[in-house]
Amino acid sequence: MRIVVDLNRCQGYAQCAFLAPDVFTMHGEEALLYNPYADDTQRENVARAAAACPVQAILVEDLEGAAGAAGHPERAEPTGVR
Amino acid sequence: MSGDGSLEALRRSGRIVIVGASLAGLRAAETLREEGFTGSLTLIGDEPDEPYDRPPLSKQVLLGKATADHTALPRRRALDAEWRLGVAATGLDMSARRVRLADGDEVPYDRLMITTGVRARPWPHPLEAELDGVFVLRTRQDAIALNRRLTAVPRRVLVIGAGFTGSEIASACRELGLEVTVAERGPAPLVGALGGVVGQVAAELHRAHGVDLRCGVMVTGLEGDPAGRLRRAHLSDGTALDVEVAVVSLGATRNTEWLAGSGLGAGPRGIACDAGCRAFDVRGIVTDDIFVAGDVARSPHPLFNYQFLSLEHWGNAIAQAETAAHNMINASADRRPHLWIPAFWSPQFGVNIKSVGVPSLGEEIQIAQGSLAEHRFTGVYGYQGRVIAAVTFDQAKWLEHYEHLIETAAPFPPPGTTVDRRAEGLRPVPADFPDPSLPTHGPTVTLSGYSPTDRRITLTPARA
Repeated sequence: MRIVVDLNRCQGYAQCAFLAPDVFTMHGEEALLYNPYADDTQRENVARAAAACPVQAILVEDLEGAAGAAGHPERAEPTGVR
Repeated sequence: MSGDGSLEALRRSGRIVIVGASLAGLRAAETLREEGFTGSLTLIGDEPDEPYDRPPLSKQVLLGKATADHTALPRRRALDAEWRLGVAATGLDMSARRVRLADGDEVPYDRLMITTGVRARPWPHPLEAELDGVFVLRTRQDAIALNRRLTAVPRRVLVIGAGFTGSEIASACRELGLEVTVAERGPAPLVGALGGVVGQVAAELHRAHGVDLRCGVMVTGLEGDPAGRLRRAHLSDGTALDVEVAVVSLGATRNTEWLAGSGLGAGPRGIACDAGCRAFDVRGIVTDDIFVAGDVARSPHPLFNYQFLSLEHWGNAIAQAETAAHNMINASADRRPHLWIPAFWSPQFGVNIKSVGVPSLGEEIQIAQGSLAEHRFTGVYGYQGRVIAAVTFDQAKWLEHYEHLIETAAPFPPPGTTVDRRAEGLRPVPADFPDPSLPTHGPTVTLSGYSPTDRRITLTPARA
C-alpha cells in the first residue's frame, strides 16, 4: 500500500503517529517520518490515520484493497483520500 | 485550438505526450483524465521506474525507516496511459510536433507537456567523480548505492555543500552514528535559501549534533587510492581530510539539453513559460501547444514582481502540473494562472524547517515568535515594506498565518502583536543573503530576468 504525505500541509498534529505507529512516527517535536510503503497488515491503521488527519495531508492508494498490478506502472483506480 | 470544435476533438481523441515521468508528470496525467481527456496519453521517462517520491530518499530511506525501491507514488486514479520508461527524450521537432527518443523512436503529439525536472549537479572533475565512494543523491539508484555504502560504516563521510539536501544527509549520517564533515563555501548552511541570520542557527544545529562543519571553504580535490577508491579530500584552506565517502550536494542542473536547437526557450535556467504554463519559444513568443511544469519550469509570479521563478519544490510540481494540465485542454477564457505560494519543508537534526513565500527576496528578517537561541522560532522576511516570506523552526502551525500576510501583501514589519515575541524580535535585522552577483550556494529558488531568450549565464568565479 503506497502512501504519500503532503508535508507542506502537515502541521505535526501527530494523530497518524498514534493511530498507525508502525508507519508514521514523529521525529523531534514536529517533523513526521513515515514509511511510504506499508504492508497489508497495516491497512486498518493507515485508513484510520488518513481519516483522522486534521489537515487531510495523507494520500493512500489501494486503501480498500483494490487490485493493483504490483510492479506495473498502470495501477487500479485508487480509492484513497487526498 | 479555438471554438471551432477542434478543442472538443482534442479532448476526445487528441494525442498528449508528457516528457518526464516523475511527480509533476504523473499528477499532470491524472489531472488530464480527471478533467475528461479521453484521447491517447503517453508518458516518457528516462528512469526505468514508475513515478516515485524523492524527498524520502534523503530522510526516511537514509535512516533505514523505508527502503529506496518502495517510494513509488500513490496514484489518484487509473490513467490508461502508454508508458515509455527507461528511454530518454533526445529531441523535439516543434513544427512536425514530434518527440525524438533515445531508441530512435519518434512520438507525435497534439499537445506536449514537459516535466523533465532537474538532476543532481555532478562533481565538476569527471575523473574524481568516478572514484568509488563519491556519490550524489537524487534518484532511487543514487539512494540505493549511498545506502549500501553507509551501511558498511565508513570511517568518515564528507558532505560537499550545506544546502537542504546536504544538511539532511549530514543529519541522517549523524543519526546513524557516522563521523561527518560538511564543507560549505558560504558562511553558514542554508544561507542561499534562508539568509545568514537563519544560517547561523543551522550552523549551530550541525555543530550541536556533532557535525564537523567547515564554512567558507571549498573542496578543491578528491584523491583516490591506486584501486580507484576515494581516500582523501583536499580543501581550499590547505588542509586535507581522510574520507571514504563523499556526497556531492551542490544543487541541481535542469534537464533541458534535449531541447537544444529545438526553438523552445529552454536553457540552463529551465524553460520559461507564461503564468498559464505555456512555454515560450526562443523568439519570446508563447506557444499554445507546449506546456511546462515542475522543477524545469520558470514562470512569472504576480506576487513576486512578476519575476520568473524556478521552484524546485515538491508542492510546486503538483500545483503547476495540475494548472498546466487544466490549461492544456481548456479554451483560453477558462484557463487559470499558476499562483501557488512557494512552500517547502526540510526536517534535519530533529528540527522541522518549513517556509512559505520567497525568503531569498527578503531584505530584512524579524523573529516574530520564539527565539533563535532555542532553535524554535518564526522568522518573517520583508521586502520593500511588505511581508514576502516566512520560515519556521518547529513552529509550523503558524505558517498559514504568514502565508495569508504574503498573499495580502501585508506591511512589514507585520502589524499587531504576536504571541511569544521576545526582545530579539522587536525590530527587523538585515536578512543577510549572499551577494547575488556571486555564485549561490544551492538555493531552492533562483530568480532570473524577464527575457526567455537570454541564455548567457556568466558565473563569477568563487573566491576560495
